[in-house]
Amino acid sequence: MIHATRAIVHGLLLACCFGSIQPTALAADTETKSTSWLNTVRNVQERVVKIYGAGGVAGLESYQSGILISPDGHILTVWSTVLDADVVTVVSTQGQRFEAKLLGMDPRLEIAILKAEATELPHFSLKDLPKPEIGSRVLAVTNLFGIATGNEAPSVQKGNLLALSDLKERRGRSSVIYQGSIYVVDAMTNNPGAAGGALTDWDGRLIGLVGKELRDPLSNFWLNYAIPISELQPSIAALMEGKAMTPQSEMPSVDNPHDLVDLGIVLVPDALPKTPAYIDRILPNSPAAKAGLLVDDLIIMVGNQRIDGQSRLRTFLKTLDKSDAVDFMVQRGSDLLPIKLRQE
Amino acid sequence: MNFGKYFSLRLQSLICGMVLVFSTEIDSVGQEPEKSVDPILETSVEAIESSRIAAMERAIRPTVAVFGNGGEGGGSGVVISPDGYALTNFHVTSPFGTNMRCGMSDGKIYPAVLVGVDATGDLALIKLLGREDFPVAILGDSRKLQVGQWCFAVGNPFLLATNLQPSVSYGIISGVERYQYPAGTILEYADCIQTDAAINPGNSGGPLFNRDGELIGINGRASFEKRGRVNVGVGYAISINQVKNFVGALRSGRYVDHATLGATVSTDDTGRVRISNILNRSDAYRRGLRYGDEIMEVAGRSIRTTNELKNVLGTLPSHWRVKIKYRNSEGPTETLVRLDAVHSNEELLQLVQGGLPGMGPQPKDRKDKEPKDKDQQPKPDSEEQPKPDTQPSDIDSSEFSPKPSSEWKKWFIEKDGFANYFFNQYEREKALSKYRESLGALDPNATWKLSGKWVGDDRSVDFLLNENKIEFVKGGVTQSIDPKQGVSKIISKRSIDGLPLVLGLWRELMLGVGNAKGKLIDSSVYLGTMPILGNTPFHHVLEIPISDTRMWAYFHPDDYQLTAIELFGDEGDDPVEVYFDQPTKFQSIVLPSRMRLQYGVEPTAVFILENADLSVTTVREEKTEESGS
Repeated sequence: MIHATRAIVHGLLLACCFGSIQPTALAADTETKSTSWLNTVRNVQERVVKIYGAGGVAGLESYQSGILISPDGHILTVWSTVLDADVVTVVSTQGQRFEAKLLGMDPRLEIAILKAEATELPHFSLKDLPKPEIGSRVLAVTNLFGIATGNEAPSVQKGNLLALSDLKERRGRSSVIYQGSIYVVDAMTNNPGAAGGALTDWDGRLIGLVGKELRDPLSNFWLNYAIPISELQPSIAALMEGKAMTPQSEMPSVDNPHDLVDLGIVLVPDALPKTPAYIDRILPNSPAAKAGLLVDDLIIMVGNQRIDGQSRLRTFLKTLDKSDAVDFMVQRGSDLLPIKLRQE
Repeated sequence: MNFGKYFSLRLQSLICGMVLVFSTEIDSVGQEPEKSVDPILETSVEAIESSRIAAMERAIRPTVAVFGNGGEGGGSGVVISPDGYALTNFHVTSPFGTNMRCGMSDGKIYPAVLVGVDATGDLALIKLLGREDFPVAILGDSRKLQVGQWCFAVGNPFLLATNLQPSVSYGIISGVERYQYPAGTILEYADCIQTDAAINPGNSGGPLFNRDGELIGINGRASFEKRGRVNVGVGYAISINQVKNFVGALRSGRYVDHATLGATVSTDDTGRVRISNILNRSDAYRRGLRYGDEIMEVAGRSIRTTNELKNVLGTLPSHWRVKIKYRNSEGPTETLVRLDAVHSNEELLQLVQGGLPGMGPQPKDRKDKEPKDKDQQPKPDSEEQPKPDTQPSDIDSSEFSPKPSSEWKKWFIEKDGFANYFFNQYEREKALSKYRESLGALDPNATWKLSGKWVGDDRSVDFLLNENKIEFVKGGVTQSIDPKQGVSKIISKRSIDGLPLVLGLWRELMLGVGNAKGKLIDSSVYLGTMPILGNTPFHHVLEIPISDTRMWAYFHPDDYQLTAIELFGDEGDDPVEVYFDQPTKFQSIVLPSRMRLQYGVEPTAVFILENADLSVTTVREEKTEESGS
């Protein structure tokens, strides 16, 4: 009886499920030899780029990973010192080289969007993001250790989604600014250069951005994690529209601008082309003192403008009228603090 | 087509998922109880699992744990022939010197002896002793690997194999055709395989298998950096196809070297790989490659980046002759280029015997040399070089006799410049004994008279060869050459005199082989296997020193017949090459009836042998004149 019923069910299913095949992890496991599966891997590789920029000194790598998110060369990656270069080079799996510009960055999420001049690039869709189940299989595709030199394709690792957890729990032990949900994986992704790479489900659909290196100094444990794309989506959309960073040339100077001394801020000596805007001294009773700015704070944003050095800060302040309050974003240790300054 | 199978399997699993729900419902209403898993799914899962288990069982058997004679240190290895030849890393065997011990999953420990070393490629060949029926790994084809395929590593990570049972770690191919920079000039990993199967200290030298249990690589190193010496999801294996290129040379008991083109390249604005510097004494230069020429293909692989060239060259032994396609202003050209060695013999010896980075010298040299300072060794910034896994192991030392077994001594002969000279003699004799059988008895005192015609010339030619003289008679005129006066001058003329010169040496070779003795054979060196004219099958090559130069004899791998002789002249000159074919019976001996003379890549002339008399007792006394007009 049952066998007969089952045969009918089989038949019905055979007839109807050509349209929507929902593969399971098990099916995928059996299929790593199939052309389709290898194509999936290749498709993911084609959507990940290698990024080369500043670094190579003091233990800082000069390379990381990025994800193509539009056919026109929009690249999602992590915000890091690698991007602190005049020219950032992006290399695709096919070995194509692009010079990419920084379109914008979000300091709270530590992500950035780069833009390369290109068209018709393979890319991940950010619409209809899959909701992977904990325990399901994942792929991590990254430029870890900078292994893939020249036109070599990025590295592929397999693993399982162990948890969807809150990184906030690790505050104080870690040096990342991002606080929010993360996917914890058992693929060994937490390696130099892997940050900015893609975490996908077993069908090659993007689910996460591989996070920066993160170590618990007590246990010497390195956390393999990725930030869910869904957490980043609003910011990515804003960055792609150019909302997060207004091009400086569009901003006219004002007659009565803000200035650092009036705000009570003395920066470290400006010795480099892009000296970081570290606070060296706070003048007593100044707006800065009252607002709670501290020595050694690093000014990384003013308003929606990223501050990549002291000269950018000084120029930008000239575009802001003294009578308006100024929004500072400073980095203090591993924390990001928004601080509003108002001149009396 | 794969898609069909893929599709049906995916479909099956889907169906099974749905049916599972269906049948559970039926169960719940108390009807016929049955297993809650669909039999189709169960069968396919079980089939996959059991094929995986079977592959791993096959793979575990030839895997060995490599230890020092006192049970110290160690790494892994894999047996590739029933008589016990096994592959491992040079950095595994290096601390142990010439002999070691190998544990296998049968619970036994076998003595093993070092056979050959490729320090540049971090490869060593050892031979396990005591059996002729060792389990062997089946060699796969690493060129067919694709990123995403499953693979597994077997070995002795952290020297865990205290019961001699290897550990298995499963992963995928993370990258192929990876180039990993050498430490100085040795331990270069070119065209290697990257995997996320856990590779830990102790896995070194051990096998990497594809999911069918075919050997695809030799695990050698990993990226460790600041994580400490544990797996971080990045391991590298020497590709089995590179190993296949080297194993013939490694069996020769030599220190084997890698190839270089004798030119440097750079990538230009248009992404082409162009020669930026070339040695004018290199064969590449003689074959016409010049500054600015574009390299298009090497050994059948297209070259689009400098890395790809390094990848291809890094998998080739020194002195191999490979096909190269290049392009200059006149268009593309395909040619054959003899590759040079990366190191001089002295350099290579120093590197091999001087010890590895971060490691003291070998015991043999301990008295003579200061240990090297670890910090002075070259070290690329994100890459940990292989280190010998020398931490103390938990192996019960009673497993190892206090005095090392002396069995290996029967398989070892020390000689300068060789890892183990025993195997050079062994392979040489193996090749020559087969050749000897085909020769029969030869009279060393007789003059040989070989008669025939050059193709395109109707006049008969007699070659008269004996111990003292090489004479040739054409149209009643006799000319002679004397190889003892030095052959380089004759070779540099690139004339047809090259043939009688080679034939004279060929006679000496045959007599030397036939009589199984003589200086000629004793001083010869078995080089291993090499392609001939850039092609397979790989031939056994014997190097024979000749007065001021050397001669290479190529023996066919199947019947051990002499296929070709190359006689080298001055550096910078093309050698004389003679190719023998069309064996014909002359009196009591079979000799090749067709001999093609060649300098460089274009045939110079072809000689057809019509008659051979190997028992002429007197040489005709006629007016002779010096050859070479």
